[in-house]
Formats: sequence, structure tokens, C-alpha cells
Amino acid sequence: MKISNLHRLVQMAATASVAMGLAVSAHAQEEPKLIINGEQEMITHAIPPAYIDGLSESISGWVFRTKETQALELDDFDNPGMIFVDQAQELWDKEMGPENKSCASCHGDVSSMKGVRTVMPKFNEKAGELWTLEDYINDSLTTHMGMEPWGYTSTEMTAMAALIGNQSRGMPMNVAIDGPAAPYWAKGKEMYYTRTGVLELSCASCHEDNYGNYIRADHLSQGQINGMPSYRMKNAKLNGIHARFKGCVKDTKAETYKPGGPEFHALELYVASRGNGLSVESPSVRN
Amino acid sequence: MKRTAFLLIGATVAFATVAAAEVIAPDDVVFNDDGSVSTSLTGVAGDTENGQKVMVTKSLGNCVACHQVTALDYAAFHGNIGPSLDGVGDRYDEATLRGIVINAKRTFKDSMMPPMYKTSGFIRPGDFKGHSVPNPPSILTAQQVEDVVAFLQTLK
Repeated sequence: MKISNLHRLVQMAATASVAMGLAVSAHAQEEPKLIINGEQEMITHAIPPAYIDGLSESISGWVFRTKETQALELDDFDNPGMIFVDQAQELWDKEMGPENKSCASCHGDVSSMKGVRTVMPKFNEKAGELWTLEDYINDSLTTHMGMEPWGYTSTEMTAMAALIGNQSRGMPMNVAIDGPAAPYWAKGKEMYYTRTGVLELSCASCHEDNYGNYIRADHLSQGQINGMPSYRMKNAKLNGIHARFKGCVKDTKAETYKPGGPEFHALELYVASRGNGLSVESPSVRN
Repeated sequence: MKRTAFLLIGATVAFATVAAAEVIAPDDVVFNDDGSVSTSLTGVAGDTENGQKVMVTKSLGNCVACHQVTALDYAAFHGNIGPSLDGVGDRYDEATLRGIVINAKRTFKDSMMPPMYKTSGFIRPGDFKGHSVPNPPSILTAQQVEDVVAFLQTLK
């Protein structure tokens, strides 16, 4: 607890110094910048929304990774996640299902999806519930293309989420938490702070109270999801948001929730809101 | 000490029955107001060697995941979530150490430390695969707790 308080003080001091223009170069040296393909700079540090009381600064998970892992996200030719984005691009243009439609048949070039990722998940008025990007993809498949839905954490689904997310790369996350989304957000917040499982850990135990610290060799991040889907070195594939949540819950020796289920929908909205202001990085590279 | 106990247990079945009955179950642990636990969970003195093993073994205590311990430097990658345990035998007495290992939140309300000897009162208890386990075993056995407490007392 003391360590994390100290950590925050140091952070606040660093932020204050930059604001006063006293230590800009020192700060830049300590914190490498995430500039993709040498041209597109990501926002990796942001002031969290006022309704997030547990964080003084929102920080991209990229900042917590080793130099070697960080380097892989700097260039699309080095980013292994881009292989899946390319595969999803082929899917986007492929005529599928009984109606022989492709995504492009209705949406045209995938660049039309620019900005979509920044507001996900969002309340869908017609359905009367909170929808994630994956829900919108499956709605297109089933309602407009006459197809069976894709598995929530399937390879195609996660790749398509990465392709669509990639259109918003660099744009700040900006999910809405008010109006009809409010009860989902409140439920997600409650989940975030509830200590579950045999290890009695909440999301906050690691990702709010102890980010920057180590559990064995694991450097704890804030658990931000602005970079999702993420290519992880650990399993050499793209990982979607709910699949990652599930992994985290399992690590606390707790009964997990179902990816695509109502609990993870609520949690996704809350966690996304903690990163409002951070750039979409899809697909990010993590370890 | 351990050998003596072993010989005694081997000597008479009656003694073994009594010894087994003396293990305090997780739900029966009596905490003092400050979270300490005065009574040994087993009545058998802790084995410091085994205590060390429990502390560095991932599937057992895995204490070094969160605590730096110079005496256990041979095990790679100590974490820094919790305080260093160097000198912890000077800072706390046996009962306090026992209470912290059993359930640290009884001593430090906001501690992040998982309870090592607790089997009830969890929210959504499960296993490392995410399956529900309604009545989970404690992370450590009673004797493993005593072994760890014995080792912690040597950290002076």
C-alpha cells in the first residue's frame, strides 16, 4: 500500500514537473514514446475522467512492457498482430453465407469503421442492451448475411475486432457511461472492486493498487484495454477483451464468467472508461 | 523434533489418533483481537527447511511471488507487492507471524495477501482453471503454516 502511494506521488510529481516545463527532456528519456511506423504517435498517458477516483493517470499497458516487446508495436511489419488484421481484411471482402454478401457489400471500405472502436461497448437502443464490438459483428453476420454467429472468442472474431479497431488507431477511447449505459457501468465498477476467489483478489488489487510493481517476474500494468485485441507472446495469438478478463479471473482461483456474458459486458464498459483518453492501439503487442 | 514426533506416532496408534485430532481446522482457528494466533495449529514444531520449500514453491506458498527475501535469493524473481521479509523475525513474534500467514487481513485490514489457511467465506471460489470449487481446500496445510512460521522466525 505504501509502495503504491509512493508510486503515485512520484507520478504526480512527474506530471506536475512536465506541466511546469521543468523536466520535459528527463521525462521523455524515462518514458519512450509509442510512435507507430515512424509517423503516428499514440497517447499512452492521459488524465482519467473525473468519475474514476482510483487513478491519477491512465497509462497504456505498452509502457509497462520490456523494450523488446515495446519495439514490436512500433512498426506494422514487426507487429505479429498485423498478420491477423490482414486475414480479417480478406474476410471483410469475402462474400459469405447464403446471401453471398461480404462486409464490404454494405460497409464499403473498412476505413468506414473509423471511430467505431473508440465508443465500444455502447448501449444499443434497438436491442435494449449494452453491445460490444463483437456483438455488432455477430449482428451483421446473422441479421444481414444470414450466417451463424461467430464464437465470441474465435479466431475470426478476434481478428475482425482487430481490423475494425485498427481503423481507429491513434484516436482516444471515448466510451459513454451515462444514460442507459449507467447501470452497466455501476455493475462493472462493483465487479472491479470485489475481491473474489480463493486468493481474494479484485481487479483493483493488482491494477490500481499495485501497477508498476512485480508479482514474481510479472510487471503489473493498469490492465487498460485500449490496445485490445492484443497479440501476446505468451500464446502467440490475438487475445480479445473477454478472453483476457477470463485469464485474469482464473489467476485469482475464482469461478470465471463466460466470455460474451452479461458480467464481462459490464466489466468491459467500466474498464474501458478507465482508459478514456488513451489511444486505440489495436492490435497491440504484449507479453 | 520432527523425528521424535514421528517415532512417537509410530510407537502407538492411540497417540497418532490424538495427534491427528489436535490439528486445528481453518474454521476453528481462534484469532486474538490484533489478528495474531497464539496456539500452534498442529502442536508439532515447524520444520524450517520445509518452510523454505513452501515459500519458494509456486504450487504451495509461493511467498516470493510478492515478497523479497534475501535468504531465499536462490529462487528467481522475487516480487515487490508485499514488504520485504528480511528481519521479519525481529519485527513480529510467533503468534503475530502465524496470524498473518493464516489470514493477513485479520492483522492488516486492507492487505492484498491471500489467506493461506482458510476454507470458507469466499466469493466465487474456484481453481486456476476458472472452474467453481464450492468448498476449496486451504492453500497450505496446518503443518505447512507452522513450517513457514518457523522459518520466518529465523529471519533476523
